[in-house]
Amino acid sequence: MEKSVVFNNKLLPYLLLVPQLIITFVFFYWPASQALWQSFLREDAFGLSSEFIGLENYQTLFAQPEYYKAMLTTVVFSTLVAGLSLGIALLFATQADKNLKAASSYKTFMIWPYAVAPAVAGVLWLFMFHPTLGTLAQPLRWLNFDWNPLLNGNHAMALVVMAAVWKQISYNFLFFLAGLQSIPKSVLEAGAIDGAGPLRRFWTITFPLLSPTTFFLLVVNIVYVFFDTFGIIDAVTGGGPAGATTTLVYKVFADGRTGGDLGGSAAQSVVLMIIVIALTAVQFRYVERKVQY
Amino acid sequence: MVEHRPWSDIIAYAILTLGVFIVAFPVYLALIASTHDAATVIGGNMPLSPGGHALENYYRAVFVGGARYSREPVGQMLMNSFISAAGIAIGKIFISILSAYAVVYFRFPFRKTAFWIIFVTLMLPVEVRIYPTYKVVADLHMLDTYAGLILPLIASATGTLLFRQFFMTVPEELLEASRIDGAGPFRFFKDTLLPLSVTTIAALFVIQFIYGWNQYLWPLLITTQDSMQTIVTGIKKMLTTTDELAEWQLAMATAVLAMLPPVAVVVFMQRLFVRGLVETEK
Repeated sequence: MEKSVVFNNKLLPYLLLVPQLIITFVFFYWPASQALWQSFLREDAFGLSSEFIGLENYQTLFAQPEYYKAMLTTVVFSTLVAGLSLGIALLFATQADKNLKAASSYKTFMIWPYAVAPAVAGVLWLFMFHPTLGTLAQPLRWLNFDWNPLLNGNHAMALVVMAAVWKQISYNFLFFLAGLQSIPKSVLEAGAIDGAGPLRRFWTITFPLLSPTTFFLLVVNIVYVFFDTFGIIDAVTGGGPAGATTTLVYKVFADGRTGGDLGGSAAQSVVLMIIVIALTAVQFRYVERKVQY
Repeated sequence: MVEHRPWSDIIAYAILTLGVFIVAFPVYLALIASTHDAATVIGGNMPLSPGGHALENYYRAVFVGGARYSREPVGQMLMNSFISAAGIAIGKIFISILSAYAVVYFRFPFRKTAFWIIFVTLMLPVEVRIYPTYKVVADLHMLDTYAGLILPLIASATGTLLFRQFFMTVPEELLEASRIDGAGPFRFFKDTLLPLSVTTIAALFVIQFIYGWNQYLWPLLITTQDSMQTIVTGIKKMLTTTDELAEWQLAMATAVLAMLPPVAVVVFMQRLFVRGLVETEK
């Protein structure tokens, strides 16, 4: 789709593009290419000299057991957060879609956690489940459950997952509800006439018709888990205890903060970039498909 | 709906009420904690009803700062958050409406190339290239400045795509009519296109303001002075002292203050917010 009527100025369009292009080159292309270049270099601690070492940084990276641990943590974390937040949001959305009178006010009550910063969400959940002062940690203690997310890796992971899911439900709810409302009622009525009950109609009609939304949300949720949950992890556990909640993104940050190995940190960034580009490519392919659908 | 079953409605209301409860409870607890004194909160037996120390806690958080940690009071942090969030939103709208105008309404060599150069930025969020970006900002002497907080975060294509999509839907007859009336590119932009784009601009502003307000990693890295911190990064720093010393009631008051502006935006501008959310994801 292109405009057939346009202006003919020669210089003006370039002037209009200049602000965005400058910002993009200085703060996007320059650092991204720096990361790529540095991942092939070894620099001394003072950054005075550097030598080209090819893929050695990557070899070192992939020889680290901690890197695989972080990878596994990322997979567990993203599966739990994406699965739970999608499932719970779909449950709420199907209920709100039942033509309830109060549906629109429920929508308002459900969507506002989207606006809560991940780091703030993390602090709220840490407060709620803090081993000594948490209001919800107490019932766990009464049950003789030794709850301590500050020392136990699994508990820490559970807490971070809960906070991340809590924050993401609103977003998924909004898109699921929109998806559900766009399903033609006549299809569901046809199913009902054929004698299908509500559950059967959901699994054989609603759920398949909702699959574009679900797939889109799956990709968005994985990207969310990768990047936006950084604040939650840093606020709740700081990657600990003993690296139990250190995801790939958190590891780039933590390794870089302790300083020193610029090349190794750059190599980690490049691996992450490749993962994100792959995810985005999947998303765009799907968007193409949706247009035809 | 196809059939009407009363129990189905009852289940729906029950599940949704539970949902609203789950969504609201953490925030309710924070509100409650911000109205009690330190001893009550730390004791682990905090009541679920408000206490009498709300004014004192909020006053101390906003104007004084904590007693046991030497941090800026939250007032300054709120200011920093407002400036950077508004800066990010306005900056992004400014650069992207101009570039979208160029890409849609002009024909020139390298038009497609320019579009793709901008488009690629969608692929890599700032978190992935965090240290190299830090180095660039440091080399430009922008650490601890508002420019450093704002500029790297507006290098993204979402706004450009959104405006491009909207401009495509503007009928061509409008441009023809303006040209017959003798309007050049500036007049057409100012008198025709900009008024039509008001809703799109507002929707983008709402989304970007929330995005900017909630930034965490980037402000954490590039602010070294306490006076340049944003409120979202400030809360965490209140809790980095040992547990016994952390002033949770002040941290919770700060958390409530940090949530208030973006949540208010979502609740009171719901229509714009939903529109912006749905359209930026397209």
